[in-house]
Amino acid sequence: MITRRRLLVLLPAAALAWEHVLAGTPESAPNYNRAEHWWGMLMDIGKCIGCGNCVRGCSAENNVPEGYFRTWVERYHVADWRQETPQVDSPNGGKNGFPPGTAVGGKNFFVPKLCNHCADSPCTQVCPVGATFDSPDGVVLIDEKYCLGCRYCIQACPYGCRFLHPTKHTAEKCTLCYHRITKGLTTACCENCPTGARQLVDLKNPADPIHEYMKTHSVQVLKPHLATGAKVFYHDLDGSVR
Amino acid sequence: MTKFKDAEHLIRLAGAFAIGIVVFLLLRSYFVPRSFGQYGHYRGDALTEIAAKPVSYAGHQTCEVCHGDVLEVKKAGKHAGVNCEACHGALAAHAADPASVVPKLPDTAVLCAQCHEQNIAKPKSFPQVVSKEHSGGVDCKICHQPHSPLLAPGGKK
Repeated sequence: MITRRRLLVLLPAAALAWEHVLAGTPESAPNYNRAEHWWGMLMDIGKCIGCGNCVRGCSAENNVPEGYFRTWVERYHVADWRQETPQVDSPNGGKNGFPPGTAVGGKNFFVPKLCNHCADSPCTQVCPVGATFDSPDGVVLIDEKYCLGCRYCIQACPYGCRFLHPTKHTAEKCTLCYHRITKGLTTACCENCPTGARQLVDLKNPADPIHEYMKTHSVQVLKPHLATGAKVFYHDLDGSVR
Repeated sequence: MTKFKDAEHLIRLAGAFAIGIVVFLLLRSYFVPRSFGQYGHYRGDALTEIAAKPVSYAGHQTCEVCHGDVLEVKKAGKHAGVNCEACHGALAAHAADPASVVPKLPDTAVLCAQCHEQNIAKPKSFPQVVSKEHSGGVDCKICHQPHSPLLAPGGKK
């Protein structure tokens, strides 16, 4: 239990810690240097329980308009040998979870999705005004002051990760919580994931566990044949996932 | 020799071009943001603008500064890997001003089911219940301590 005395002692400590985060210089990331990072994400399909916490967390953190998603969760049902025709549902992007389901036989699993922050992103190549770009630290971002709302990038993204904001009329997408990762925090979806199915990874940080993980686990990206250089890595990904 | 006899119209043309180029350069310097091209074919300032957006989830590191006692309970149990705000919601406002922003306790009858309600697609090893049969809508925390769920509030299993 926190006593009144302890709370009084702790309040300034908390305020200091929080100021530290806001100043962008928490202990874990002093003086953020863009050249030292190369961000991506690791998804462990076997750990995803489809609770939708990531979707809700993302919406709250980034003010994502209702009915649109920067990240979402899909539920796959693959009948016994019908790899190429899976049944996929994602009611409200999985934001409110999933109905229990009644499918018999075959296999069922969840696949969380978000922008793949491709190293060779098809979406940034087509922008006519340079409003969307690959940041030096490997995040695909949108300059909403510069975006015309032409929707070209929305068509170009092979993963369907972009949408036109209904009131701002500019393209929107996952920023990999750029405002958080540059302050030494993890993304809102990773912070909210209760099972550790999602993990932010820094491919340029030699101490990041991702390097050991990649050596010892099979990982896959979505649509590898498109050679987009996707940086969202899936472990245990079924071949039926598109 | 009248080599440049008919050159006057060319000079006028060159003048028109020169004016055009000057006008173009002036307009360009006016319309293209200063930081455009700083890092690539985009406005460099956009990076700092996006990075400066406010944070809603304070992050578990911030929570643990004050709530170390909860961390100790959590560490010993099955919910060790579940971050504070995954259940308690976005609480950066509370972290910034703990005295005046008091978070509301979540309703465990709803909250726990979000993860633990049975679903065919959940990994088989993940603990799941059909809450209707398991508790019939009774608040989970009556029997389970949410920070270390195997323990009952009284301390027994």
